[in-house]
Amino acid sequence: MNMLEMKHVKKAFGETGVLKDISFSVKEGDVVSIIGPSGSGKSTLLRCATGLETMDEGEIQCEEFGLVFQNFNLFPHFSVLKNIVDAPIRNQKRPKEEVYQEARELLEKMGLSDKETAYPCELSGGQKQRVSIARALAMNPKILFFDEPTSALDPELTLEILKVIRELAEEKMTMVIVTHEMSFARDVSNRIIFMENGYIVEDGTPEEVFTSENARTREFLGKYHHSS
Amino acid sequence: MDFITILQQLMGGMLTTIWIFILTLVFSLPLGLLIAFGRMSKYVILRTLVKVYISIMRGTPLMLQLIVVYFGPYYIFGMTISSNYRGIAVIIAFALNYAAYFAEIYRSGIESMPKGQYEAAKVLGYSKVQTFFVILFPQVLKRILPSITNEVITLVKDTSLAFSIAYAEMFTQAKALAATAHNVVPLLAAGLFYYIFNGVVAFLMERAEKSMKYYE
Repeated sequence: MNMLEMKHVKKAFGETGVLKDISFSVKEGDVVSIIGPSGSGKSTLLRCATGLETMDEGEIQCEEFGLVFQNFNLFPHFSVLKNIVDAPIRNQKRPKEEVYQEARELLEKMGLSDKETAYPCELSGGQKQRVSIARALAMNPKILFFDEPTSALDPELTLEILKVIRELAEEKMTMVIVTHEMSFARDVSNRIIFMENGYIVEDGTPEEVFTSENARTREFLGKYHHSS
Repeated sequence: MDFITILQQLMGGMLTTIWIFILTLVFSLPLGLLIAFGRMSKYVILRTLVKVYISIMRGTPLMLQLIVVYFGPYYIFGMTISSNYRGIAVIIAFALNYAAYFAEIYRSGIESMPKGQYEAAKVLGYSKVQTFFVILFPQVLKRILPSITNEVITLVKDTSLAFSIAYAEMFTQAKALAATAHNVVPLLAAGLFYYIFNGVVAFLMERAEKSMKYYE
């Protein structure tokens, strides 16, 4: 069953084409990492899929989704717990007790049980991102999008988040992750999409993409191998 | 004439002044928010009209505005002005004027909100109205409260402008009393009243600010 399907999606900002004919789909249980140089359209693709950006042409079908932002975007005036429960109660009209119980379970899973009453400003970046993952999961999404979830974090905090994503992958959560963490992408995903210049250049298993004969893919991945 | 007698004579005026203050805030704070929305509207005509409105309110003396609101119905439309219109005119003029200032304060607060808050709210299924009142407005309020305090303190003193249409608030009475008694004490008492009134206002606003300090 497809959780996300994009057909011939095109998007331009003014004269600059950012997405040029993107078609791909994500099946239930897929963990897809989208990699590629800055400006290749990865984030725009995610923003179109989640409705934060309107596409110019094409079709998108997406099941109920959650989105984790690079900068967390937690609500600063809500406590950690309220950040998680407010939307399910207010917008999904689910019973309070059920939502609170689920939220507490999520916080426990994220190792943040003691932070229920804290405010976002009292948390570290890694803790903020874990709260924002819990907030997204509390909506019971069928697919979870991550927009460079570790780019605002230092290496140590990055590991915290990668560990959480890995656990979600083990639970067969369908995920699409825009990331610059190459070794993580290779490790955790069953599919990697390499984007460049608004096109999907590669779409395959990590082995296929990392051993690709495509010159541009090799060049991009080569840079990462040298730097890491 | 001793100080106590003077205070007794000014008592009615003080209550009137407090009423002008309260009613002006009751009307101008919500009206200012509406005007701020108009000022940020995507419709050019509405936006321009609101801009002109704000520029007139901020660009002309409040005293002149008071006089125009009070005498306007008579001079422009030839309507008879009843005596209770005086108080209504004061509230209308003050509310229209202060709403313009509040609108600009609201706008600055709303425009300073990071885009990510809107996006997170949208993804989590908040409607536009909910996004504004549940997510944004509480944060906006925290940011603009010091500017609001400034305006509110000015308002306390501006209530004395009602004397320009001879409305019997405290300043009008103090001035009349000083003239008939050949005594400056009523005016000093008036000054003390404004000073204490503003002390109370500043104290309350400070408490309100503190109550929002629980997050950053």
